[in-house]
Parts: sequence; structure tokens; C-alpha cells
Amino acid sequence: MGRYVLRRLLQLIPVFLGTTFIIYTLVWAIPVDPFAGKCGQRPCPPAYVAAMRAKFNLDDNLFVQYVKYLGRLFTGDFGQTFSGTDVSTLIANAYPITVRLAVVALVIEALVGMTAGVLTGLRKNGFADNLVLVATLMLISLPVFVTGYILRGLFGTPRGTSFVDLIVPGIVLGSLSMAYVSRLTRTSIAENRRADFVRTAIAKGLPTSRVVGVHLLRNSVIPVITFLGTDLGALMGGAIVTEGVFNIRGIGGLVFTNIQQQQGVVVTGVVTLLVLVYLVMSLVVDLLYAVLDPRIRYE
Amino acid sequence: MFIRKAALVSLPVAVALLAAGCGGGGGSTASSDNSDGTVTIYETEPQNPLTPGNINDAGGIKALDELWAGLVGYDPDTAKPYNLMADSITSSDAKVYDIKIKQGWKFHDGTTVKAKNFVDAWNYAAYGPNAQLNADFFSQIQGFSDVHPEDAKAQPTAKTMSGLKVLGDYEFQVTLSAPFSVFPTKIGYEGFDPMPDSFFTDPAGFAKKPIGNGPMKFVSQTANQDIKLTRFDGYQGQDAVHFKDLDLKIYSDLDTAYSDLQSGQLDFMEFMPPAALVGDKYKTDLQGRNLDAGLIDIDAVALPSYVPGYDNLDLRRAISLAIDRDTIIKQVLNNAYTPATSFFSAHLDGNTPNSCTYCKFDPTQAKALFAKSGFTGKLTIASNSDGGHKEAMTAICNSIAKTLGVPCDFVPQASFGQFRSMITSHQATGMVRSDWGADYPSIEDFLNPIFKTGASSNDAVYSNPKVDALLTQADSTADKDAAVKLYQQAEKLVEADLPKIPLWNEKGTGGYSSRLSAAKLSWKRQPDVSSFRLAPTS
Repeated sequence: MGRYVLRRLLQLIPVFLGTTFIIYTLVWAIPVDPFAGKCGQRPCPPAYVAAMRAKFNLDDNLFVQYVKYLGRLFTGDFGQTFSGTDVSTLIANAYPITVRLAVVALVIEALVGMTAGVLTGLRKNGFADNLVLVATLMLISLPVFVTGYILRGLFGTPRGTSFVDLIVPGIVLGSLSMAYVSRLTRTSIAENRRADFVRTAIAKGLPTSRVVGVHLLRNSVIPVITFLGTDLGALMGGAIVTEGVFNIRGIGGLVFTNIQQQQGVVVTGVVTLLVLVYLVMSLVVDLLYAVLDPRIRYE
Repeated sequence: MFIRKAALVSLPVAVALLAAGCGGGGGSTASSDNSDGTVTIYETEPQNPLTPGNINDAGGIKALDELWAGLVGYDPDTAKPYNLMADSITSSDAKVYDIKIKQGWKFHDGTTVKAKNFVDAWNYAAYGPNAQLNADFFSQIQGFSDVHPEDAKAQPTAKTMSGLKVLGDYEFQVTLSAPFSVFPTKIGYEGFDPMPDSFFTDPAGFAKKPIGNGPMKFVSQTANQDIKLTRFDGYQGQDAVHFKDLDLKIYSDLDTAYSDLQSGQLDFMEFMPPAALVGDKYKTDLQGRNLDAGLIDIDAVALPSYVPGYDNLDLRRAISLAIDRDTIIKQVLNNAYTPATSFFSAHLDGNTPNSCTYCKFDPTQAKALFAKSGFTGKLTIASNSDGGHKEAMTAICNSIAKTLGVPCDFVPQASFGQFRSMITSHQATGMVRSDWGADYPSIEDFLNPIFKTGASSNDAVYSNPKVDALLTQADSTADKDAAVKLYQQAEKLVEADLPKIPLWNEKGTGGYSSRLSAAKLSWKRQPDVSSFRLAPTS
């Protein structure tokens, strides 16, 4: 187990180097001078442009730029935006909000989705099953911004960034996955209901709650956990649409505006962080398998 | 003279306040008039640290306008300049200006605003190695080329401009390298604001907690989220605010901001989302709390002289006459614009309506001129396609194509930056969108930067020695009315050559929430915060 974790962690290094280099290259490969349109209809003063180009090493070749950037990154310096704001400050402002939103969305989708999944899985083709089927179909077919605009119209934009403030955006953000989770749980439960270990448990005379709650659910939940794990990784990458609709100043909007402004330093810094989060999340999910299902072992 | 006018203007506001039972204007501390309340306004992330020398974006200027007070302010209704921090600005030859400033004004840190705070600030902003965005605004001051050589790699030979001289604690002298009669209007631009002594010892640290001399002082700035300001009680200017805290909240989506405006979570917006403009929906949405700015701007298309075939006056006139401005404004632009009939904004002193004789829709004459021009081939208009420009430019092309029977294509550009670098490197292959918003309210700002040979925003690469000579003569005419006449003559010459085709002026619509009882929108599309009054809470 320990060796497995170590191996997975070591794999992060090449992935980290590769992604940062690709992102850095892509952002700087945009064939436009980032200072061409910065001063509106007039060109910026040449002294300003020259100073900025020097500050951001824009006149070096790409490889030298990248190595310089990486060198600063290893000393914990994420660099600065063109406006002189530390990228680390931007991340520190935006990331807690995004994480809170992701957690709210995840809790909502896991609770509602799994409850609906268990209920429908146990009573296949009943009224509840059909109701959930129609409801999930609707959620899947509605684009996020539609649900977003409807709920914003009803509840307004959040007034703060606490967990409670973020419930409505969390519902919007989690609605699509909620539908998937309920479908996944339903299928998995329905399949395992006829499994030998469930029949044994029932035959032993265990109460239904224990049969469903422990024996059935625990063994049915693995695909759902996989889904939720990667989904949390994706949610923590920020949700451009939901954040935009509710004016939540999270990481998604930050990446989006900075791609538009060609602030390569910000984009690279944030996206690198997101890649790391995603990798760590998938590692955690893999380790969870072993906890849930003793048949799975990592050597 | 300006002060008297401003007093007249404030009269209706006072009347309105009395009518609303607010118990009068400023100075009152009674809780019924909400003078200790908070106002939240729409904001975009400033593109640079909040210092006057380095801010040129609308989001940054919005915060600067409250943090700082310049020598000159502009009347929110008429855009006319009045002396704000300046006591007097005098000159006999439009070349040497003697500026006296009012005494007793303080920076937010308690230090007195003196003449040297202006001189030091201007020298700092102009100095090349400081790489300030607004450096070019000081280019008319004598000695600018010594502190800011044209070649960015060259070392400056001086640290201060020879044209700036401190004459006393409250008086300084500005010598320009050539006479410029509009200088007293120009110095209302934010780049000319004074800086306290603490700025010069640590500019980077200062930017994190800026100290100005304006009606509000800095509280906090959270990058990409908000800027918080609070009333500066020691403020002496006439544009003091009538509430306590100002929260500039950053939005990335206009629709979201608009829904907050309707629900009262946001109090002021200087933009309306396009969806709200359709059928004047915003007027009913806001129940009369909508505002018209009277923006000082002009939208146009430039016909670069280096494009083959465009060097043909008949063609340029035919194109202008073929654009059905009224219909396009009605059908594509949601009535948010008025057709341009001159090269200036209709809200400017010295503007002559209908001075552009070819700025109308006349298909018959257009066809005749086009036939005379002998132009063959295809016309194109280039622009960045975001921000609704694609729709407008396509409509213009269609109008031209329909009238003249010549193919016309819109050439989209991926970004504004890409579009501008195409123009500045003279690589356009057809017409280009070329809009202009004034830095300061003067017709001079619609001529010198745009039509003078080699000017910074001469997108058409237009050059006419007669125009250059007239502009120089107008610049050096100290008498205001005489100068205006000369600028108007220059406009006539430009009109005859038609290097740019005026299209329309944007009205600029904004709105405020039901939490406010009064608000104004300025000519540069900024909130006039001093006119804000919180509605009495019942």
C-alpha cells in the first residue's frame, strides 16, 4: 500500500512538468502582443511596454521563459499579473470559495442522488422509479445556465461566500451530476439485490435496514464513489458558467478572464494547481476502493 | 464662473430632496437621511495598481475618481470644467501656465496638499524608467523628451521636466513646449492628480493602500472581488459624497449585475445588458430609475489611406452616403445610439450639428458617386467581433452592399489586441472600426489624436498639412472662442477629405436601484458619486 502511494506520488512529477510546459506554451503561443490593446485606441507608451516585456521575460525564447518561471515557482513564487497583483493572492482569494462551492455541490448531489438511487433501485418500475427517471432526464437535458438563470431569478445572487450562501449555486452546479449519481446508484443497487451475499444476509434474518445499509449499499457504491471523486476534481476546477451566473468570484472565472487577457502567469499557476488537485483526488478515490472492498488490494 | 453654474445645477437636486422629505442636502447627520449608509456599485477589475499615473481603464478610473481630486473637475451635467483643487489657472500665451491651488486641502494621511505634490507626481509619471501608462499625457510639457526619450531603450538625460517649477507652497508654473490652449481642460484627467510624499518613498507599498486627496478614502481591496472606500470627512471639494461607505463590487457578467440591480443588491450600473435594451425593457424594469449619460464619444470606420483604391474621395463619400444609420441603430443597436452628424460628440461645446454633409443616407447620390469612383473589387470592414461589434459592422456592410451593389464583408478579429496591432502596424486590408471616447471634454481631443499627421490614434493614416497647420494654430490660440473656431475650420477640412466615416454617438444608458433616490451618470460613463442620495428608509 505504502509503495503504491509512493509510486503514484512520484508519477505526479512528470505529469506536473508536462502540464505546466504545455499550458505555458499554449498561452504564450497566442500570436498577439498582450499589450497591443491594453491602452484602448491609442498605443501604450513604449517605455511601459518595454518595462513590462522585460519584467515578464517576454523577449526571451519560450524555453528560457519557462525555466525562469519554473525556477520561481519552486521558491513558492507564483509570479505576478500585469497589474502587479501576486498570483498567489488571487488564488488565495478565489480558491476557498471554489472549494466551498464544490463541497456544497458534492454533498447535495451525493445525498439527493444516492437517496433517490437507493429508493428507486429497491423498488424498480414503481411510481417513485418513474418519477425519478423523468426528473433526472429533465436535469440532464437542461443546460446549467438555464437552471442557473431560473434559480437566480428566484433567489438572487449569494450575498456572501459562506456554505449557506452557496446552497443555491451548489444545487445548480450539482444538478447534472445528481442525476448521474441517482442513475448509477439505482443500476448498481438493482444488480446487487440479487447477489448471493444479499440473499445470505436476508436468509440469516438480518433486519432490512442492515441488509440495505451495510451489505447492499457498501458493495454497490464503488462506481458511485469513482464518479463522485472525479466529479469533485472537476468541481474544484471551478465552474465558469455557474460562477458567472451567480457572480461567485471563484477559480473558474479567474482562469477564464485571464485567458482572455493573456495573463499566462496566472493561467499557468492556477491550472497547474488544478492538475495537482485532480491527480490527488483520483489517488484518494483509488485508495478508497481498498477501504470499501477488501477484495481490492494495492501492492 | 464655473462655480456659479454648478450651484445652479445643484438647486434642482436640493428641491427634489426637500420634496422627498429628506430634510436637505449635505452636512446633516440625522439618521433619517441615511447619510451613514452604504452604496454598492458595479465595478470591473482594475488593470493596474490604483495610482493615477498608471491607470487608464474604466474600472480603475472609477475608484480613482473617488480617491483623488484633481485641479479641475467636470460638471456632471454639462461636462464643463470647473476649478476643483485649483484656485486659478492663468496664462497669457497658452504656453506658460500659472497654477494656484486652494489652501487647507489634506491628503487622507493628514498631510497638506501642496504645489510640489502635483509637480512631483507629474515628474514621476512622465519619467521613462517608471514605465507609467499615462506618461504620454505629459508629453506637451517642456523637457518631456529629456525624461522620456522616444526610444524606449535610450536612457533619459534628466529626472525632472524643465517646464515644471514650484513657485511656493500653493503655486506652481507649467511651461509647455508649444502653446496649447486646451491644457486647463486636459488637466482634469486622472493622470494629473497629486501624490502625497509617502508615495515616492515606496510606490509599490503605496499601491496596496493608496492615499489620495479625494472625497473618499481607501479601506480595502480584494483582488478580483471588491474595493471598499469610505467617506473622507476632511474633504473640501464641492463633489463630496452624501453617504458613508462605497463598495465597488466586481462583476464579470452584466446580466448578473443587472438582476442584482433590480433586487437592490447592487445600487448603480453605468451599463445596461443588451437584453435589457431590447424594446427599452430597462425603462420598465427600473421604473424610471434609468439614466442617460450623454457620453462624449464617436464611433466611426476609418479608411486607411494605404489600402489600394481607398485613396479615392468619391468612393469614401459614396460609402458614407450608403450607410443607413437610422435603420441600423433601430434594428441592430437597440436605439442605444444617435446618428453622428459631425466629427465630434453632440454634447461638446463647439460641435456644429450636420457639419458632416456626407453623414446621411442618400442612395441615389451614393450610387452616382460610386459609379464615378470606378472602384472595382470588394469592400471589407475589420473589427474584433466581441462586444456586439460583429452585428453592427455586418449591418453596415449589408447597407453598403445593398445600396452600391458592391460585395462587402465583415472581417472578424479574434481579440481587441489583435485588431489594434493590425491597425498600428498598418496591415489592414480594408476599412476598420475606429471608435473614440474622449479623455477630456474638448473638441480638440477629437482632432489632434485622430487626424494630425502621425498622431497616436490616426487609424486612417491621414495626413493633410493644412489640417496640421490649423490645429497647431488653434492649440496656440489662448482665446477660447477663437480657438474653437479654428478647430471647427480643421473639422471642415477633415470633412472634405473624409478619411473616417462618422457613424453614431453612443447615448450611454445606466440605472440605479430603489435604494437610491438620485444618481447621475457622467459623460465618460462613470458614476457621479457626489450626486448619489440614499432613499429614506421607511
